[in-house]
Amino acid sequence: MSDVAEKPKVGRTETPGHTKMSGRKVCVFYGEKQALFDVDLNLREHTVTALIGPSGCGKSTFLRCLNRMNDTIPICRVTGELRLDTQDIYDRQIDVVELRARVGMVFQKPNPFPKSIFENIAYGPRIHGLTRNKAELAEAVETALRRASLWDEVKDRLFEPGTGLSGGQQQRLCIARAIATKPEVILMDEPCSALDPIATAKIEELIDELRQNYTIAIVTHSMQQAARVSQRTAFFHLGYLVEEGDTDQIFTNPTDKRTQDYITGRFG
Amino acid sequence: MTDIAERTSVATGLHTSDEARRRLRRRYGAEFRFRAIGIGALAISGLFLVIFLSSIFRDGIPAFFQHYVTLEIPVGRADVDPNNTNDRAVIVQANFDGLIARSARSLFPDVTDRAGQRAITSIISTGAPVLFREALIRNLDWIGTTQRYQVPMDDLADLFLKGQITRVDRMDTRGELGVSGVRGTVQLASTANNFQPILAEVKAHLALLASRARGAAAGQERAVARLEAERSGLQGRRAAASGNEAAQIDHRLAQLQSDIAAARVQIQQQIELAQSLEGRARAADQREQLDSNLPSYIVRINGGAIKLNEVQSANATGTVIIPLRSDAVARIGEWRLERIIVPEANRRFNDTQLLLVDSLRERGLIEKRISREFFTGGASREPELAGMWTAIVGSFITLGITLLLCFPIGVAAAIYLEEFAPKNRWTEIIEVNINNLAAVPSIIFGLLGLAVFLNWFGMPRSAPVVGGLVLALMTLPIIIIAARAALKAVPPSIREAALGIGASHQQTVMHHVLPLAMPGILTGTILGMAHALGETAPLLMIGMVAFVVDVPTSLTDPATLIPVQIFMWADFPEVAFQQKTAAAIIVLLAFLVVMNAAAVILRKKFERRW
Repeated sequence: MSDVAEKPKVGRTETPGHTKMSGRKVCVFYGEKQALFDVDLNLREHTVTALIGPSGCGKSTFLRCLNRMNDTIPICRVTGELRLDTQDIYDRQIDVVELRARVGMVFQKPNPFPKSIFENIAYGPRIHGLTRNKAELAEAVETALRRASLWDEVKDRLFEPGTGLSGGQQQRLCIARAIATKPEVILMDEPCSALDPIATAKIEELIDELRQNYTIAIVTHSMQQAARVSQRTAFFHLGYLVEEGDTDQIFTNPTDKRTQDYITGRFG
Repeated sequence: MTDIAERTSVATGLHTSDEARRRLRRRYGAEFRFRAIGIGALAISGLFLVIFLSSIFRDGIPAFFQHYVTLEIPVGRADVDPNNTNDRAVIVQANFDGLIARSARSLFPDVTDRAGQRAITSIISTGAPVLFREALIRNLDWIGTTQRYQVPMDDLADLFLKGQITRVDRMDTRGELGVSGVRGTVQLASTANNFQPILAEVKAHLALLASRARGAAAGQERAVARLEAERSGLQGRRAAASGNEAAQIDHRLAQLQSDIAAARVQIQQQIELAQSLEGRARAADQREQLDSNLPSYIVRINGGAIKLNEVQSANATGTVIIPLRSDAVARIGEWRLERIIVPEANRRFNDTQLLLVDSLRERGLIEKRISREFFTGGASREPELAGMWTAIVGSFITLGITLLLCFPIGVAAAIYLEEFAPKNRWTEIIEVNINNLAAVPSIIFGLLGLAVFLNWFGMPRSAPVVGGLVLALMTLPIIIIAARAALKAVPPSIREAALGIGASHQQTVMHHVLPLAMPGILTGTILGMAHALGETAPLLMIGMVAFVVDVPTSLTDPATLIPVQIFMWADFPEVAFQQKTAAAIIVLLAFLVVMNAAAVILRKKFERRW
């Protein structure tokens, strides 16, 4: 890992706990129906923030606000303030393509493009013009695959279709694809829900490694997973952010009754 | 018993009681009936398909073949190029009709009478001189030599050789047969009653005609009875009527009077005819006349053929059609008696032509081959020369224009509507209209083409470019709908993946969605094109029912298409054209099957790669 790890960028504040993304009074409406109510939540740099809560509580909705994937739903409306560093990401000046390059996303179901493994990774750098020539592109692909701990498994079949990999490998391919565009933040929407425990363990390990270089937000239904991979946890319920804090604190000493009920398995 | 106990006891019997078993049986019964109805429906449609295909193939397959006769054509320098120019423009002017006619007549040097010689030239296609001229133009070195050249036979001769005009039976013969001459009208005398069966057939035929006449008379009697009933009714009303009504009744009575009188005369005639026929049928061995409403009887003797005119049980009179080598007496087994089943009056191919063709066949001069003309020819009034090539070329040019127009436009429209258009009332109206357009009868598009392209834009009639435009209008909605369905079928996860790494909407569509939708779009396009290929009605409106002899070479040349060719051939009365129609349908079906198979293969090959 260390041989290919990116050096931290100069000039960026590296103090743990520095806020990378922040939401203030975020409300989301699907048509008439309000899905999120006044959510205030920060993502800290080099920290994994887990969003937990029962189905339909709005955690995925919030996650998708962070890179404006909700834009693709015509009836969806977002109010409040969402910032990446200091920029308002819903500002008219902001180019959503640039935003999504900076805030990458990994989805619930592994969704590699029906192309070769190489092409899957190379697509992002290519459309963003991150590499100048083929050698650089190949290097970028290798770097991303190594970061996603997939290189050793696929280096001999880079030009076979990505859809031919196992589910866990496909998901790591998707993570590598997200990494390849060199984002600052990676959003993961239940990345392990379609995977078996062994593949899940690998992904979790990977998330922990990635934390050193990226800011990560992960939506998960598994309390154990949240406890294992995250440093901060936010509990959502019925569209409200009920409680947010250090993971240890949330799982051992929640302040809200609903949080306690949920993490002890009384509902949800 | 407690409530709970009751409930449990019911529960254990709930699915095992007789009542439950009956319910289950009824369910199985209903499912069985449903399956049976489904299988029945399939069987019926399969049966119709088999009937349709077998009738098409039965009619159509013979039309792919054609009989050719080999002519010895002496291509004399004096005949085609008297001034020794070797100039094609001069040679084209030569009298090829005469050349071919002379060569044909030389096949039967013994046939010297006018009718016979006319019959000889009539069994060879009238297109033969043109075909030979074209062959000679390509091979100028033939001049001065004698060429053995195969020319197509006339359609009726061809049909006879395919066994579709009449059967020719051989009758049993006994004893010897003598003839009085080798040409003209001859007397035949046999040592046995060889002509007795003919006589019996003639008499049976006479009896049949007599009973028909009596039947006709009886029918007339019934008509007279009806008229008389009407007359007596009117006469009753006449007494009470006055003024205008009376005048009408009088007029009608006069009409009835004359109708009845006419019918009575006819009855009398029919009865007299029947009596005379019955008399002839009853009379023992009387000389009986043969006519063209009876089967023809042919005696083959000494290398010639005699058609019988009058028969008695052992003697006959006949007309020589193919001259005999000698008037020697033929011994047992050296002569034949044949019956041509279909009476001469009921066919357009007369006995002389039939015997000449038969003679050529016996001499091995006729060969059956796949018809070159059918695949390379254009429109012609002669079935043996009419071909599909111009129609096939016309179809290709027209459909090429259609494809060039409607594939890019259709796919672009589908992408815009599906991916980029805002979802508002206007796009909804457009969508509804596109869906409706796909259901508009195709002739409406033809009318549109007529009004807009021909009358307003002043484009030429019968031109492939107009046909292509009209078919493109018709196919466009189909392609748009298919392309939109294919785009919609691309899973949203692929879009999200692309958007999630910062691809713009357009990049997402162009790099990921469209390539994945392409197989579906192509399938829809091929099916749409197959639909267009089989379309006739709109082309009729823009004048593509043209008699096109030459292959179109530009977009504005008059052209015809395969289905229109079928439509035109179906209109011609000749049996040979009916067969060509079926053959052209087979060709069209072959094209459609190939296109649909391509669509299926494409779909199978690229099916759901994600």
